Formats: sequence, C-alpha cells, structure tokens
Amino acid sequence: MSLKTLTKPWAATSYGFLDASAKREMRRKILKAIAVPGCQMPYASREVPMARGWGTGGLQVTLTLVNPRSVVKVIDQGADDGVNAASIRRFISRVSQAEETWDTLAASIVQSRHRIPEETMTKDQILVLQVPNPEPLRGVEPNISIARQMHADADYGKLWLTLYEQLVKAGRIMQGAAYPSLVNGRHVMTPSPIPRWDVPKLNMARHLTILSAGREKRLFAVPPHTRVEPLVFSDRPYLVEDHARLVCERSGIAGYFMNEIPQDDGSSTFEVSDSNLGIKAIRASEGAPAEIGETWYRNGKFAQ
Amino acid sequence: MSLETNPRPLLPPQLVQTSPIVTMRDVGRRYGEVVALRHVDVTVYPGEVLGIVGESGSGKSTLLRMMNLEDAPDTGDYRLRLPGRDDGNLFALERYQQRMLRARHIGIVYQNPHLGLLMKHSSSGNVAERLLIAGERSFDVLRSKAREALDASEFPLSRMDHRPADLSGGMQQRVQLAKAIALEPALLLLDEPTTGLDVSIQALVLDTLKRLQRERRITMVLVSHDLGVIRTMADRVMVMRRGSVVEQGLADQVFQDPQHAYTQQLVHAKL
Amino acid sequence: MQILDTPPLLRVTGLTKTFHMHHLDSVLHAFEGIDFALTAGEFILLRGANGAGKSTLLRTLWRSYLPVGGHIWYQSRLGEIDLARAADIDIALLRREEIGFVTQFLNARPRVAAEEIVAEPLRLAGRAGNEALEEARHWLNQFGVRPELWRAYPSTFSGGEQQKVNLARALVLPQRLLLLDEPTASLDAGARQALVRRLSDLKAAGVAMIGVFHYPGDVAELIDREISLTTRTLPQNSGQDDTRDEFNDERERYVAV
Repeated sequence: MSLKTLTKPWAATSYGFLDASAKREMRRKILKAIAVPGCQMPYASREVPMARGWGTGGLQVTLTLVNPRSVVKVIDQGADDGVNAASIRRFISRVSQAEETWDTLAASIVQSRHRIPEETMTKDQILVLQVPNPEPLRGVEPNISIARQMHADADYGKLWLTLYEQLVKAGRIMQGAAYPSLVNGRHVMTPSPIPRWDVPKLNMARHLTILSAGREKRLFAVPPHTRVEPLVFSDRPYLVEDHARLVCERSGIAGYFMNEIPQDDGSSTFEVSDSNLGIKAIRASEGAPAEIGETWYRNGKFAQ
Repeated sequence: MSLETNPRPLLPPQLVQTSPIVTMRDVGRRYGEVVALRHVDVTVYPGEVLGIVGESGSGKSTLLRMMNLEDAPDTGDYRLRLPGRDDGNLFALERYQQRMLRARHIGIVYQNPHLGLLMKHSSSGNVAERLLIAGERSFDVLRSKAREALDASEFPLSRMDHRPADLSGGMQQRVQLAKAIALEPALLLLDEPTTGLDVSIQALVLDTLKRLQRERRITMVLVSHDLGVIRTMADRVMVMRRGSVVEQGLADQVFQDPQHAYTQQLVHAKL
Repeated sequence: MQILDTPPLLRVTGLTKTFHMHHLDSVLHAFEGIDFALTAGEFILLRGANGAGKSTLLRTLWRSYLPVGGHIWYQSRLGEIDLARAADIDIALLRREEIGFVTQFLNARPRVAAEEIVAEPLRLAGRAGNEALEEARHWLNQFGVRPELWRAYPSTFSGGEQQKVNLARALVLPQRLLLLDEPTASLDAGARQALVRRLSDLKAAGVAMIGVFHYPGDVAELIDREISLTTRTLPQNSGQDDTRDEFNDERERYVAV
C-alpha cells in the first residue's frame, strides 16, 4: 500500500469545480435552510472563477447540486442567451458534464437571475435564484446583528412601516422587485429581485427554491408546498405588474411578464421576458414542433 | 445629618378593593461595582400617577427601564395585572414575549425623542409601527388610529405625515405620547418627558398628560428630577436616593411634611 | 344637634404632631394628645391664637401631615378606619369620595375651564358629563362667578374669582366630612353668604364639619361646639443652641373643650 494507491489521480479541478468539503458545507446549509424555510443560513462562499455579485451564490448551489445526469438551464432576466447566463451555463456543463438546455420543461436545475420562468415548475425541478441582498431588513436596520435578533423575534414592525409609508406618500406600494414575503408564517425573506409578478409562483409551489447570495455569504430556501405570502395590508390587495393585456411584439403571445422596448417615436413595444417561451411560441406559429408547458399565469391571471 | 434608608413601609389598603396593577418586589441591580438599585419595591394602583423623584444617578430611570422590560435586574419580581391573563414574573419571560407585552400594554415617553422615535419615518408612521407590532394589518384602521392618538396628544393633524426630525422638541414629545397611548396601555411610563423643553412648552405637554389622565384614567409612572413637574402630576410620590427608596407617600404629604432628611433637603432646596 | 345613639363620624384620640427638622436637628411640637369627637351633621369651630396649630390639625386630619401619635377613627361608608395609619391609597379614595378640604387657595391648572374644574369631582364620582357640567354651572352661579367666565381658564382670574371657583369645586359634591381652612377669607359679601348657605344646607344633610375661620361671626349660626387650641411656651428647648428661629420654641398645646 502506498500513498499513490490511496489518492485519486491528479485532476485540474474537482468534479463540479468545488472541492468535496466545500460541497459538503453547502449541502449541510441547504438542508438547514430547507428545514427552516425562509431563514438565512450563513455559509463560507468559496471563490469561483467569476466576480462576486455576478451570481456566485447561485453558481455555488448549482455546482453542489449538479451531477452528470442533470440538465441545466440558466437565465438572466428571463433570457437564456445573455452573456452572463451563457457563460455560467457553459461553465457548469464543462465542470460537471451536465446537459445544457434552454427549455424550462427539460431542465432539472434552473439557475436564474431576477425571474422565475413562466412555465410551471414541477416537483422534479430545483430553482436556484441569485440574490444580491438576502436581508429584507437591511433598509430598516443596518446592523446585521440586530437584524438577526429581529428575525429571531419575528419583529417586522419596521418593515411593515416602510410599506405603510409608501402608501402614505405615494398612495400605493412602490416596492417593485424583491417584495418582502412571509415564508411559512414565520420568517420574512426577500425573494431576490424578481418582479411582483413572480412572487405568487413561490407560494405552495411544487418545486424547491434555493436562494443564495455569494457576496453576502447567506442562503435560504422555500421548500415545496410552503406558504409564501407577500406582506400586504388587509385592505390594500397585492397587485402584480399590469402586464396581463400586453402582447409580445415578436411572438404574439400575451398574458405574461413583458420587457418594455422603447421606440424612437417615444412609444413602447413589448417582448415576452421569458425568452424561451417566446421562441417556442414563434416556432409553434411556424408549424414546428414546440411544446409549451402549463404556465402559472393563464390569460394574464394567476391560476393555481 | 443622618441619611439612612428608612422608608415608611407601604401599608396594605383596608378600604380599596382593587389590587395593584404593578407590583415589583425586591428589585436589585448592580453594574459592576455600582449598585443601581437596592431592594426596591414598587406598587402602582389602577388610574393613579406615581411620581418617582430623585437626583441623577438615584436609580429612578433604571427602575423605569425595568418597568419597560428594557433591562433585567439581578434579583426581583415584576408583575403586571392585565385583564384575563397572568404572565407571572415578567422578568422571567422570553425576550420576544417581553417585546409583545411591551408593545401591547406598556407605553413609554423618553426624555430623548431619539430613543422613542424613528426620526426618518413619518409621525403617523411612528404611531402606526406600534399598532403593526401588535398585529394590526388594515391600512385604514392604522391610519385612523394613528390620527386619533395624535389628536388626543394634541398634535396638529396637518403635520401627521411630517418626520419627527423636522418637528420641534415639544411636538416630538407629542408624537412619542401618541405612540405610547395608541394601544390604550395598561401602564404609561414617562421618563423626564418635559426635561429640556422650554418652560411654556413644558406646561403644555404636562397639561396634555393631565388631560389624558383625567379623561382616560391611564395609570402612569412619572420619573423626574423636577419637583414642580412631580407636584403638578403625581398622586403619590416615591423619593429615591442612591438606588434605594427613602420615602414614599401621598404627593401633598411628601411635599408638605417630608419625613426623611434627604426629602426635606430636596423640598427645601426647591421652595 | 348631636345624635347620641350613632357613633361619632370622627373620633380623635391622643393625636400628636411634631415636625422633625433634620437640617436643624430639632423637633417642633405642633400639638399633643388631642381628643375630640365629631358626629354627622355637627359643626366644630377650631379656635386659637395664630400659630396655635389650627391649620396643622386640619392638615393632619387630611393627612397631608403625618401624625406621629394617636388615632383618627373615621366611620367611612366602607367601614371604620384609622386615618392616622391608613394606606395612602385609602386616603386618596376617601378624599375622592367622602372627605373634603376647603381652603382659600386654588390649585389652578392651565387650560382647564372653570366649569370643568368644578365638574371634575362629580365626574370622578361617576356622574354623566352633561349633568356634571350643569351642576357645576349652578354652583358657579351660586358663588357669584359671572357666566362669561365659566368657560375661561381660572389661572387668569383674580384671587377673589379663583377662590369662588375653588369653593364651588370643593363643595359641589356632598362629602361626609368637610375640613374648612379659612374659606371665607377675602371673599366678598355675596359669595360669603352663598358659602354659608351651602354649608348650612350640607350640615342639614348630615355633613360633619370642622373648621378654622378668621371671622367666626360669618358662620355663627352653624357652630355647635368650639375647640380651643392653646399654646404654652416652655422656657427650655431641646438642648440645641440653635434657637434663633421662632419655630424652635418648644411649645405644648393642649385642648379644652
């Protein structure tokens, strides 16, 4: 017996890039986060070949979850073809031999920045959201230690107060993205900067969502079939963006979250934000085989 | 001159049938070498104003902070009689339980408005926060209750959405007061509420307190080093010195016929 | 007018008051071993030279002075109680509901209307707002306060007007025992007559009164008995050389009925 027979052959990187102990820590923290939905778990946040703030939190989760049978979809603001999304997807497949896809229905892991795909995710899928700022209380309590105590005490009075003040000052809730939401009736989380349109998709979802902030070194999770309730006053209903009637200029589909494209004449046209949904719709209209799955919104109304 | 601690014991009532709303027993607190409170007993009956008077460092503010469950003593027992519940010794509760109890049943006005107010939020929001902590989730109810509490505190409603940071000291105290009474507290604590205000403003704030006391029979504990303030407000007075209670009695008795050497000194210095 | 088969409303035995002045380390004796009884509907006049302790006795009964010895047995509606040893909270209750103290000084509060000040004891006793206000106005009128002043703040009134408000407040609620500390001093004739009329009505209704009057003639027809507090100055003092001030005279007061 020699040292040589006991060690693995040399390789440039470990499988999935992260070393075994880093992945073990990630798994433990992910399990803890699932056990206490919405509660932020600190983790070490290793270096990955990407700058902090560009999705390193999501990447570390995906690298931990991935295996050679995985099918990985990565989107940035709904688009699969953004430079950052494409680079992350290619990096993941290179270090894990996982398959790449643009199709939400085919993916086993969806890593996303700022959107949740429009097609309903199933119990066999995991959504990994990249989070710039995991702390919903940051705006009201800059001291992290005190904020943690406030979470422990479920002391969300100041957070509610900011919503009250928005109503007083503007007559409506001004919070566009990252709408603070109560998870499982206990912890308030920020759902990452997804639009208000996407927050209902997390409520009682069939899929697991893991939200991870690499720069801030914290992750949290929404397990399947868990209540996610945006903080709203009983007499001021939660409103999603008014996109239900907008029609996608390129694909012709309507009733989904749209990107606004300003025109030279001052008007705007719209494009569906979930780019692969748009591609499928165009293909279908051209007669090519394209399966559009069940979607969370139907005819612009949330249906679940 | 002897300044020994020898307070007249608080006699149990024969005629009054209501039990005290606040009962603190044998409260003691040390900060390192310094004894802040030494075997302090406090009894407050519903609807009365208890004045606590004493010089800086006498322990009166520390005691008030303990009534507000902001600090825990080394020894002692604190009970608050609230309808339909018995929380036992409040010092033994968990922090979140104390927080809820404080939000719902205890109001406080500090000398320093920065301690009691969120300066960058609106005045009405400061009042609303208290209601939000207690679980109120209707915006319209929050709005009307905040308005009602500010109005009762004689705060000009045209400025209810101004930030306290943009208001005068007297107005800030009114916002604190509105916040404190918004939930009709069982106990209202006042920590030098008018110290540092102009004399005329001070009189107006005291007058508002008097009126609230008269109209709502709110039980109050008022801490002040200012004998004039105590004399105007208090039904009963407790005199503290170096962490101990040296004398207590009906306000007019303590001021007209002080028993303890220290109280005599205090009263004569004032008159 | 004494009703012999009922126990006295107030029975004072061996009542003693001294003031211990720590800064002078001396003791001032106000009175010692006072005994008397007062029945419902009876009026006792306290007599004595200036400084004889008449006001001190009233204040001791009122408990703004703490007696050092003796008993003040009082038959309250809720049972007999020794005011000399009663709990503060009981005294506060009795002051609210049974015992009144009438002085010439008003503790005027800023921004409270005259009629509100007078109505307050009625409200504390549980009377409805309007009814209390009506009655308050009635008594302000009786004591000669002009209607245009009823809603004004007495802190701005002249001394005489303030005193009328004060009397109206003190006498608006029928108490069982009234302590009167020179209530007629500096009153004009009309108000004095109104006061005497009110006292006489209250007395007829069974209110017991004990009082000091600068001009006892004002209330001559009400007086049932007189108690004299006399002063005997003793030649020695408490052993201190610090006797410049008149209070340091050791005095002994005794009572003759």
